[in-house]
Amino acid sequence: MTTEKRTDAGVRIFFTGVGGQGTLLATRLVGEAALIQGMNVTMSEIHGMAQRGGVVESSIVAGHIASPIIADGQADVLLAFEPLEAVRALVKCHAGTTAVVNTVPIVPFTVATGQGRYPDVQGVLETLQESLAKVVALDAVALAREAGNVRAANMVVVGAFAGLQVLPIEKPVWQESVRRLLPPKLHAVNERAFALGFDAGRAVA
Amino acid sequence: MHELLSPDKGGKRLLLGNEAIIRGALEANVRFVAAYPGTPSSEIIDGFARLGDEAGVEVEYSVNEKVSMESACAAAISGVRSLCSMKHVGLNVAADAFMTLAYVGVKAGMVIVTADDPSLHSSQNEQDNRYYAKMAHVPMLEPATPQEAKDMVLAAYEISEKFRIPCLLRTTTRVNHCRGVVELGDLPSSGSVQGEFQRDPFNLVVVPMVGRKLRLQLLEKEEGLRELSEASPFNRLEGSGPWGIVTSGVSALYVQDAVKELGIQDKVTVLTLGMTYPVPEGLIGRFLQSVDRVFVVEELEPYLEEGVRNTAQKLGLGLPIAGKGPQGIPQAFELDSLKVKKALGHFFGVPVEAPAPLSAPEDLPARPPNLCPGCPHRATFYSIKKIFGEEAVYPTDIGCYTLGLLPPLQMADFLICMGSSVSTAGGFARVLDRPVVAFIGDSTFFHSGMTGLVNAVTHNRNILLVILDNGTTAMTGHQPHPGVSLTPAGRMEPKVDVEQVVRGCGVQRVTVVNPLHVKKTQAALEKIREEMKEGGVSVLISRSPCPLFERRMLGTKQRVVFQVTDACDLCRDCLSQLGCPAFVWERDPAGGECVRINESLCNGCAVCAQLCDAVKPKKL
Repeated sequence: MTTEKRTDAGVRIFFTGVGGQGTLLATRLVGEAALIQGMNVTMSEIHGMAQRGGVVESSIVAGHIASPIIADGQADVLLAFEPLEAVRALVKCHAGTTAVVNTVPIVPFTVATGQGRYPDVQGVLETLQESLAKVVALDAVALAREAGNVRAANMVVVGAFAGLQVLPIEKPVWQESVRRLLPPKLHAVNERAFALGFDAGRAVA
Repeated sequence: MHELLSPDKGGKRLLLGNEAIIRGALEANVRFVAAYPGTPSSEIIDGFARLGDEAGVEVEYSVNEKVSMESACAAAISGVRSLCSMKHVGLNVAADAFMTLAYVGVKAGMVIVTADDPSLHSSQNEQDNRYYAKMAHVPMLEPATPQEAKDMVLAAYEISEKFRIPCLLRTTTRVNHCRGVVELGDLPSSGSVQGEFQRDPFNLVVVPMVGRKLRLQLLEKEEGLRELSEASPFNRLEGSGPWGIVTSGVSALYVQDAVKELGIQDKVTVLTLGMTYPVPEGLIGRFLQSVDRVFVVEELEPYLEEGVRNTAQKLGLGLPIAGKGPQGIPQAFELDSLKVKKALGHFFGVPVEAPAPLSAPEDLPARPPNLCPGCPHRATFYSIKKIFGEEAVYPTDIGCYTLGLLPPLQMADFLICMGSSVSTAGGFARVLDRPVVAFIGDSTFFHSGMTGLVNAVTHNRNILLVILDNGTTAMTGHQPHPGVSLTPAGRMEPKVDVEQVVRGCGVQRVTVVNPLHVKKTQAALEKIREEMKEGGVSVLISRSPCPLFERRMLGTKQRVVFQVTDACDLCRDCLSQLGCPAFVWERDPAGGECVRINESLCNGCAVCAQLCDAVKPKKL
């Protein structure tokens, strides 16, 4: 496994999504899991006006890195909860970046009012595949539905990231993180969503 | 038990910087906390509000920042440790209190948190509040991480009490909203909100003769604070190389990574300053004498750079000192490790290697923040635009409704700060021959709109002030304010009624509407437009609760969503005039175009159905 070598220097994970998708909760889940695993971890998020239906970006830096935020070209991992936001975040990525991308679009309102055109999703995925080292593209909404609740799509993406094993975090640790952050009635559905994502990530890893 | 009250001494938690500040204050036995919310500081007062009862801490959502500081200083002068927190521009509001509180001082420790927002993530400017410490002669600590934020809060109380002066904790967004590992300390077993006041008017009532004496005492205190800064564990030197770097706050973290990535650890001496007012001139001097050139890395203004240059001049040192500049550290917006790496590489002549960033395609559609589906502000804006049109000037204010600026509503013409809507409206009305319609939210009205309204009435300005009364402070996360009627316990009478306040300010023409009733609202507006011909102030209270807040408080379920039926003639007015984000324009299965409502986004407000016959309800 190449993971240990990578965490020696540290791993920078950039999260991007749309307000309401649970991007910040997903970020916390990864952060909490890294903490339980005993890693040095820092998260950064933006609250307030940026959250009103706009883009939500956050980041996790794990290992021996002090800076809490990710500069252009620095993300080792991109977790994108929406395809347009995935391609918008390319500026944070480099040629060696690994990405997990939910392929289900959320069309911004500017498109409805004729101020722009939503890019072809297949084209977006091709751009990502050509630019990045590894891309896990999945229909997180369908997998979440299969798990029992479409709102658990964020958990599918986190599961896929876990399956890639970029961070040396063991499976029970992920489960512990879910249990710490979510109320008991949501554990089962989120654990199922996580498992479905995990298998998808594992297949690519 | 609230997680921030955990007795698990030595336990490690992943805490937000703002949570670490709460924990630090609790460990320091704070008993009185007051604040007006403002990003990125809001989680401090919100967290205290959730645990206050359990922890025996008095928690006050104050009407504005000035009030919060005055309230908290009364506690501190009575021997009760206090804290007030605010965003950077909040300290402008509180500055009058702050400047003279520095003279009068405190008895128990008082910490003032100023949360600066480099890059204006959620603010109208990116002022550098470190200059407030210098201007007021108040000690200042600047944390870089959540752990340091907690440690510094504890130290700030010690400093404040020892020198009987409030202590400023200056954070930035990347400290407030960064989550890092924090080791918990001891929580005091008990404490009391009960204070004790000793009458001492010739030290506590600032008339000129008292102020003169206190001014001299303040300068004396400052001498002691300088000595403290020289020995502060938060001001530290690392390395012994000939290349000097000075930094503070979150910039220190960028420096750590940049130095490592450039591979110049052995060549640099890094002076990291955590206590940045007063700056430790002796330490800076020794540092300057030990290196052959110096680069200063800090966000925003060249505050430390000025201090370093000042010390070098006093010591007659001519070594090169740099920081801000085109090839150096940018003055605008926040830093990151890459910007710092490039600037350090340029100054010290070290090649910079960094992975090439990829670029996104250029024509991607924007995704700006937007008023939520069902937001009553949208309905208010829509109706006012129908009646007052393009001719009117629309000064606005700070809150969710500032987003009315964006297309298609475009109902915002002028804004500088909290409360500016009504005061500037008065000025506009006097010099322009156009209708002036100003917007202010209910929380902002209490914060700083009331005085402007009294002013407009006094000077008989011909304005319509629209108070967008959604019953909460929505933008910053639904904090209460004096006019709130929805509480976790259900619907209550507001403690202070907006309408009564408006009438009390001397406004004769007051109308209250529910903006979700479009026809009635527009009829009321037409009447107001006629009345405005008589001159003077009119107020429209546009009252409908923030739907997110109402559902959270009352637990009401949505009963209906709306659908676009086949009767739609594709006029697109719903998209081009109302701009509700639940509306979608797309290709239908037959390849034609259609307008659709995304039912998972539709909030059931029914405003669109009042504007278009093709929109029909569907029961849930």
